[in-house]
Amino acid sequence: MDNSLAIETRLLTKIYGSGNTEVVAMRDVSLTVRRGEVVALLGPSGSGKSTVLTAVGLINPPTAGQIFINGNLVVDGPRTLVNPTAFRLAHIGFIFQKSNLIPFLSARENVQVAIELAGGRSGTALRRALELLDYLGVADRADNLPAALSGGQQQRVAVARALANRPSIILADEPTAALDRSRGRQVMELFAKVAHEQNAGVIVVTHDERTLEVFDTTIEMEDGVIRPDTRHARHGLSTETSQFKV
Amino acid sequence: MNLAVKDIRHNLGRFALTALGIGMLLMIVMGMGGIYRGITEDATLLVDKTGADLWVVQRGTRGPFAEVSRLPPNVVDRVAAVDGVTQARKFVYHTVQREHRGKRLRMAVLGLDWPTDRGEWLPLTAGRPLAQNHYEMIADRTLGLDVGDRITLGKDIFTVVGLTDGMIDSGGNGLAFFTAPDAQTVQFDLPGEAVRLERAARRGRADRIDLSRTQPPLVERAEGESANIPALAPPAISAVLVRVQPGVDPLVVASTISGWADVSVYTREDQRQLLLAGPVEKAKLQIGLFRVLLTIISAIVMALILYTMTLDKLQSIALLKLIGAPNRVILAMILQQALVLGALGFGIAYLIGQRIFPRFPRRVILTDGDLIELAAIVLGISVFSSLLGMWKAARVSPNEALSG
Repeated sequence: MDNSLAIETRLLTKIYGSGNTEVVAMRDVSLTVRRGEVVALLGPSGSGKSTVLTAVGLINPPTAGQIFINGNLVVDGPRTLVNPTAFRLAHIGFIFQKSNLIPFLSARENVQVAIELAGGRSGTALRRALELLDYLGVADRADNLPAALSGGQQQRVAVARALANRPSIILADEPTAALDRSRGRQVMELFAKVAHEQNAGVIVVTHDERTLEVFDTTIEMEDGVIRPDTRHARHGLSTETSQFKV
Repeated sequence: MNLAVKDIRHNLGRFALTALGIGMLLMIVMGMGGIYRGITEDATLLVDKTGADLWVVQRGTRGPFAEVSRLPPNVVDRVAAVDGVTQARKFVYHTVQREHRGKRLRMAVLGLDWPTDRGEWLPLTAGRPLAQNHYEMIADRTLGLDVGDRITLGKDIFTVVGLTDGMIDSGGNGLAFFTAPDAQTVQFDLPGEAVRLERAARRGRADRIDLSRTQPPLVERAEGESANIPALAPPAISAVLVRVQPGVDPLVVASTISGWADVSVYTREDQRQLLLAGPVEKAKLQIGLFRVLLTIISAIVMALILYTMTLDKLQSIALLKLIGAPNRVILAMILQQALVLGALGFGIAYLIGQRIFPRFPRRVILTDGDLIELAAIVLGISVFSSLLGMWKAARVSPNEALSG
């Protein structure tokens, strides 16, 4: 299995406002995620987890720092060096806590649209969407609209969509927040399965410490920085020490 | 995958109701255009149908439609004698409003030059042309009369012998065709008491001058019928309709007749322009301006609807952008929905209009040209009204998907 670096951030800093109104959302965040690795980003609300996620997802560029994806420099300070829309489509899969499916598309179409947007033909997209839904155990709900699916089924469809274009990284923001404990655990285990089988680097932002054993690595954040000595490797994957500066 | 169609199917009921509302609004715009066209067509209908090349009217007037024109009947004979004229006809025109079977009956009375003109040129849908000099009439269907109906006008009873369709004057009144003498009788009818009083007054006026002493028989004659007094002119006609011989330039004939001091001459096109610039001009302007206002209102309403529809989809739009949909995909979705809404609205407007417009009191004429023009306007409105929604959609950040 290829376990090269999928994500590497170097000294990411995000500052909103200036002077008296300056707010530091994250400071000098450096982390790495290898292909096939599932990393949990833990921390209280306002600790900067989602800021890291949106920066890596090329949605919200940092004020300073660098982001490498698959070894390529894609963000250098506030400058994004690639077309973020096209890059997301080709390399990144997103999963969120809720309402993350397009309500007017069926489960199959929610997956299919991502493939077609990436240039996939309609027939190919349809086959791939059905394969993914089958892989995630929701093929029988392919023609249902999201409103007719349970929370767990919706998250499975969202995972299918995130995998649609065989991304090298998957970013998930509180994916189990709307689920009960048992379904939350199922989804987290699904991430682990997907990361390993699809060989993708996964970052999951979560509050849910009950499912931590599923993750290969956990990183804790507080007040915009990674807490020192909080990167814990659980399944023998190589880890690196996070940098921390005050 | 067409996202616009998927979204419409998901909100089909609401979209259908919105399209129905837009359709009703566009139907009013369409109807206004049809009424505008109807007024123009109605105004010039008579001028076109009579087939006259020239209209001879009272000197200095712009009659007989734009204003009153009175001509002595002998002008017909004078005109007929002009070189190049093949036919000269009397034209009597006025409007009456009477009661018939307890209902108001307003009609434009048109006198035909019997026996030269019996109304064969009229588009009869039932009955026949006039067959006798008196007491027959041809009525337009808008008057609500049937063949065989008898109607009292003045002291005479007239029988409807024929029906036309779509023959109305510039005011929207149905036309009723009589012989010219009957039309004049209707126009100049006086109650018996008024006639008696006028005769007594004539006698009084004759007594006040020395005529009574020098020519007593003339004074007695003054008390008699008007038709027996040579000094009194016969009832005036409104105009003389002239047809020129084939190959003769109507302007040459007009130039000859214009030399007479007591008449003015207008060509068919002059008469059309007099009508369009006169009686119907303000109505046309009013309806035209109202139509422009309605078009603007339709554009604003459509823009607000599309903007609201876009607002409802902001989360989905942010999500689509997050998973990699370029702006053009999102903007195309909004534009396509606007075009579908416009097309559906136009179709609904047309279908409903086809059933409602014939019930309007005035003619609503939908020409192919006007429909194509309105379709182009609706296309423009659709594109314009989607701009606000597209502007909003273009400003949506993928970040907003994370806040849901």
